Amino acid sequence: MTTTAKPATGAAPPDDAPTARPGARQPRWWRLLGRDWAAAVAAVVLGLVLLVAVFGPLLLGDRALRQDLDASLRPPSLDHGLAGLLGTDVLGRSVLARLVEGAGTTLSVAVPAVLCSLVVGSALGLWAGYHGGFRENLAMRLADAILSFPSLLIAVVVLYVFAPSVGNLVAILAVARVPVYLRTARAEAAELRSRLFVDAARTFGTPSWPIIYRHLLPIALPTLLTVATLDFCFVMLTESSLSFLGIGIQPPEVSWGLMVAQGRQYLQSAWWIAVLPGIAIMLVTVSATVLAAWVRLATDPAQRWRLTLPRKRRGTRPVTPEVTA
Amino acid sequence: MTVFLRNRILSSAVPLVFVVLGVFCLARLAGDPVDLYLPLSATAEQRAEFAAANGFDQSIPAQLWDYLGQVVRLDFGESLRTGQSAADMVLTAFPATLQLAAVTMLIAVLGAVLVGSVAAYRPNSLVDRFSSLLAMTAASIPDFWFAIVGVLVFGVSLEWLPTSGVLGGPEVWVLPIATLLIRPFGVLVQVVRGSMVAALSAPYVKVARSKGASERRVVFGHALRNATTPVLTVAGDLTIGLVNGAVVVETIFGWPGIGKLMIDSILQRDFAVLQAAVLLTAVTIFALNIVVDVAHALIDSRVRQPVTA
Repeated sequence: MTTTAKPATGAAPPDDAPTARPGARQPRWWRLLGRDWAAAVAAVVLGLVLLVAVFGPLLLGDRALRQDLDASLRPPSLDHGLAGLLGTDVLGRSVLARLVEGAGTTLSVAVPAVLCSLVVGSALGLWAGYHGGFRENLAMRLADAILSFPSLLIAVVVLYVFAPSVGNLVAILAVARVPVYLRTARAEAAELRSRLFVDAARTFGTPSWPIIYRHLLPIALPTLLTVATLDFCFVMLTESSLSFLGIGIQPPEVSWGLMVAQGRQYLQSAWWIAVLPGIAIMLVTVSATVLAAWVRLATDPAQRWRLTLPRKRRGTRPVTPEVTA
Repeated sequence: MTVFLRNRILSSAVPLVFVVLGVFCLARLAGDPVDLYLPLSATAEQRAEFAAANGFDQSIPAQLWDYLGQVVRLDFGESLRTGQSAADMVLTAFPATLQLAAVTMLIAVLGAVLVGSVAAYRPNSLVDRFSSLLAMTAASIPDFWFAIVGVLVFGVSLEWLPTSGVLGGPEVWVLPIATLLIRPFGVLVQVVRGSMVAALSAPYVKVARSKGASERRVVFGHALRNATTPVLTVAGDLTIGLVNGAVVVETIFGWPGIGKLMIDSILQRDFAVLQAAVLLTAVTIFALNIVVDVAHALIDSRVRQPVTA
């Protein structure tokens, strides 16, 4: 996953708020967000998906699984209330309800997987980068070993041996993505460990873990969070690929990838079953990518001022892609 | 250069060893390996016979030794489905995937260098914004979804392209390659653009221009050559990631490659074939990593010298 400058296809927002001067109060983050309409839209989309994933199933009850053969393969229409808005699948289950249910499943795999790999990878990386020497070598070789294999390949073998379940999926995806954070955190820590404030802390006799936690982590965190936002896309795409191939989420559970797989054989007669979940996946991935680009700017004190300018005057931003296979 | 090559081969071999041992550990840790190799309906006598024939009743170190011997001899046992040697099946399927991957990466790299350079030439221009939007969307589309929508539109509705299969003219290649292409292309365009923007604002470009070099020479001779390193690294990573895409594409289009073989052997519980396919992929990736490293060293002499920072 990579970020670049966000696509700006519309007009620049009006420049009415005062721009930040040195010494002026830091602009609040939501104001910065408000000034960048692409990032604002992305944040709203992600927020909505999160809300729907958490509260949707409570409102829907068993609608995602309830079969109604009379309502089989209804196209999207306004005639059958909210449940029929996006049509029904071959068993008469509401596609809208299944999308909501699938959002929950997708997030319940992607969010824990990203959090696990973020915590483990950052801790290992900061530790390795701070100490250097053989510990650094060990961690980097481990990262290389994991990263030089396609995540799907690891998943394929592990899911053959152990049964596919949400827990196993989270574990595999977390392990497969640890190296991404490990590399980033190590690079940050290796650069920070020779700074004056770290030396000072060491002189006072601070043990290594408090130094890592109190002095290195706060500086490395924005970068790591940006990487995590991007990685969320990758994890989500991998989960849906696995579910599509039949070795991820298993029915009767609902996931977006699985919905595409189930709708595939009705593609000619009922396109909405397979096409809509794909659009949902794409919407979330694009939003996360756009938001990651914004987070990168907003959390970088040296770049943040750019967000207070109208788009056209921002100039070219330095782009450092973090691409992972 | 020899020292460099030796070091790179040694460090690239670490992941390979991990995979070889990892497959062994997984196969033994998950309980009885006989469960993995034989179908669920096997009787107790069949199971005992199979365990004795394959040495599963021996101690773990002895089994590990046998297993390493098998890996070296490329002897992975027989497929349960066809009775063919697993290694043969995998080697037959391999060229199909390799062709697909090679054509895809060639198009992706050439296209991305072109589009990325044009975008970077005038940052924030209309072309730049449009290509960034395109690249970001391309990198975000789920490939399996793109494939089936492609089949729906071009195969079923317009009837321009076949929906699956490998027999026929060049048109059977279009959809599989387009599906594999979108992600690497999207990512590479962003990388090329990023490193070209940096390269084009470097002092040596100003020098080249002031010496009167033509714009084409400045962009493709001076800037592009210096922007190659990150592109090459990412292209290598993406080629590894292409295995992910190949599994999906081959399953959807019925392409008789190694990805389809893997998924089929999972769904039909054929561990011998799965093991052979995974190990062959691991060896290919090992070779690929070395090629990328050597290419790096050839392009950038700084990489060749051992730097003590």
